[in-house]
Amino acid sequence: MRHGRYPFIIGFLAVPVALYVTFVVAAYIQTFQLSLTSWSGLGPIKYIGLDNFTKLWHDNLFWSSLRHNLVLLILLPLITILIALVFAFLLNVGGGARGGVQRGVWGSKFYRVIFFFPQLLALAIVAVIFGRVFSSDESGLLNGLLPGEPVLWLADQRFALACILAVLVWQAVGFYVVLFSAGMGSIPNEIYEAAALDGATRITLFFRVTVPLLWSTIQVAWVYLGIAAFDAFALVNIMSVDRGGPDGATSVISLMIYRNAFDYSQAGYASALGVVLFFLTLTFAALTLRVTRRDAVEM
Amino acid sequence: MTEITPATPGVDRRTLLQRAAAVGLMAAPAAGLLSACVGGSDDTQKQAEGTKSADNPLGLDPKAPVEIVIFDGGLGTKYATDVDTPLYNKKWPDSKVTYSATQEISTVVQPRINAGDAPDMINNSGSKLMDMGALVSAGQAQDLTELFAAPSLDIAGKTVKDTLVPGTIEQGTFDGKPYALNYAYTVFGLWHNAKLFQKNGWTVPKTWAEFTALCDKIKAAGITPYGYAGANASYYQYLVILTSAAKIGGPDVLKNIDNLVDGAWTAEPVKQAAAAWAEIGAKYSNKSFLGLKHTEVQLQQDQDKVAFYPSGSWLENEQAADTPAGFEYAVSPVPSVTASDKLPQTAIYASAGEIYFVSSKGKNPRGGMEYLRTMLSKEAAIGFTKLTKTLTVVQGATDGLTISPGLTSGNDMLKAAGSDIFSYRFDTWYKKLDDEARAATNELMFQGGTADKFCQRMQKVADAVKADSSIKKFQR
Repeated sequence: MRHGRYPFIIGFLAVPVALYVTFVVAAYIQTFQLSLTSWSGLGPIKYIGLDNFTKLWHDNLFWSSLRHNLVLLILLPLITILIALVFAFLLNVGGGARGGVQRGVWGSKFYRVIFFFPQLLALAIVAVIFGRVFSSDESGLLNGLLPGEPVLWLADQRFALACILAVLVWQAVGFYVVLFSAGMGSIPNEIYEAAALDGATRITLFFRVTVPLLWSTIQVAWVYLGIAAFDAFALVNIMSVDRGGPDGATSVISLMIYRNAFDYSQAGYASALGVVLFFLTLTFAALTLRVTRRDAVEM
Repeated sequence: MTEITPATPGVDRRTLLQRAAAVGLMAAPAAGLLSACVGGSDDTQKQAEGTKSADNPLGLDPKAPVEIVIFDGGLGTKYATDVDTPLYNKKWPDSKVTYSATQEISTVVQPRINAGDAPDMINNSGSKLMDMGALVSAGQAQDLTELFAAPSLDIAGKTVKDTLVPGTIEQGTFDGKPYALNYAYTVFGLWHNAKLFQKNGWTVPKTWAEFTALCDKIKAAGITPYGYAGANASYYQYLVILTSAAKIGGPDVLKNIDNLVDGAWTAEPVKQAAAAWAEIGAKYSNKSFLGLKHTEVQLQQDQDKVAFYPSGSWLENEQAADTPAGFEYAVSPVPSVTASDKLPQTAIYASAGEIYFVSSKGKNPRGGMEYLRTMLSKEAAIGFTKLTKTLTVVQGATDGLTISPGLTSGNDMLKAAGSDIFSYRFDTWYKKLDDEARAATNELMFQGGTADKFCQRMQKVADAVKADSSIKKFQR
């Protein structure tokens, strides 16, 4: 039945690949081209060499935006994966063995739905909801729960980025709980049984069995979350004070790209930022995959 | 019974996900977006044109359709659908008007302009307005000289230009030619609830000492004396700071800022104004406003929790649905800071705002201009003011009209100001300066900033803008 395989594959792939090349790859190549121009977003295009990159090097906002992206890059995957792993472990293995099969804690089916729920909401809605949760006066949900003077949350430079991070984590955890649950489902039960017979506690099970066997899934999760940390555009744009504020405290590169292109009419400069973001993301992914490479545990 | 998942032949999960991740990189969203707007077609398309006559001074083709795009914001869109379009169609029944509204003008219109498919008349407004200077320098905006020279639609014996409030055309002039019509005439000042003030026997302050004394009284009454929304409306506040600066040192203070004159921001009047307002922010406001949006603070004012609120004359209409019966909007000029201010206390910031322009590379620019001529008729102007509680640039269009208390108050303030009216344009010419001014104002008013810091900070960015050759410069 090998004949007919290629027409079949081509039939399925031609249209998506064509769309992808047109709308993603070609657009990207154009971005590289535009990064060498002083194009305003309208009208004629003038080439200015690498001027945009020189300007970028001296742009304080770029460096602080990059710093915010890096903070997110470290904390978002770390926190999300930790929480998701713990939850997934509790949902799948944490309840102990019953009849020789590992089970989740009581009510785990219900929790699974709850955890996944944030994933179903559009990011814009999440941002608006949390904008209210973090509202700076007494009407904010969080301030309503806390005693004393209202905390400024998003309007306070010390907390603003942490608030954005918290929402990113809240939104992402559900998906990774499901991803890790799937991974844990494929870990042979014998291993857990054997470990349990040897007297392993749940903590030992978690660190010595679950995490090593899930390593490749965790690694992929890290890459994905890292990419999400390089973006964070929607949340920052909607939630933060004065878009990226207060005073640039939550600005990220993707927001800078948008603002330069559409608010400041500096599409050339925005493209240069886009190019930088592209290489940053690429480097990050390559590094992550390399650094975290471990021998896969043979099953 | 346990089951061991068989290894998938060919591609395992790890490689699959890795590849997916690598592909996912390419989808980093923001950058790809940009080039979606590349294009800038140079080929001019055939444009509709008819013969000029006394009845058709702009020479439009009576049968050609017109496409208009209206910003759906504080003014709503009813004036276009219920007043302007019917009026236009009364004169040109065969020209079909295609109408659409959006809250994001640049998102909707900019790609179309670049693709060579621009709508004919565009209301370029809102927080996502297109940079008018960039549009003009890209040759995308129609020269409106002919429109202003044409006879008015319904004011006999006058050209369109003659019917306008002085300064209107200048406001839309770039490099000596008019490219934009600023249609709504907006006055700015400090708004309060006239009934609340009557009840407490408070009078509107004229000097800074009166202002701070009243703020003390208001504070004692358990009301926040002064507030603006830091999250998205700090430009209302820098407008007030610069109004004070112009009153202290004369309107040239603002002209220097617009023209990027060296040291314009560190000038003494700007410093004095910033220092005076920093004190108001520190003593008489509420830090939580820093995190609130304009409508949230405005709502608090409607509930008599905030006494003074800086804004333009669109405020009354914007809050119409939330204003309780016991609330009556009134506006007053910003109090004088010193006894030796160059301008009187009655001087105000007022300007023609709300940009409308015609696309020069559209299918029917003459139709677009005729639509603007219709908007500038007396009948349309009255309809606009009735629906939006906002004055237009058409002179005397409110005479004999019963108007709302807030608008009446604004009108009175305008009359009292006489010729002492000023405005700035740096905020639309140089968006970067606008941005920095927003952040610097929040710092000054809420985050323990000082006048010196404010001025230094603004000057630094103004210098950077001046030195940046990729930003088009304007003069006035």
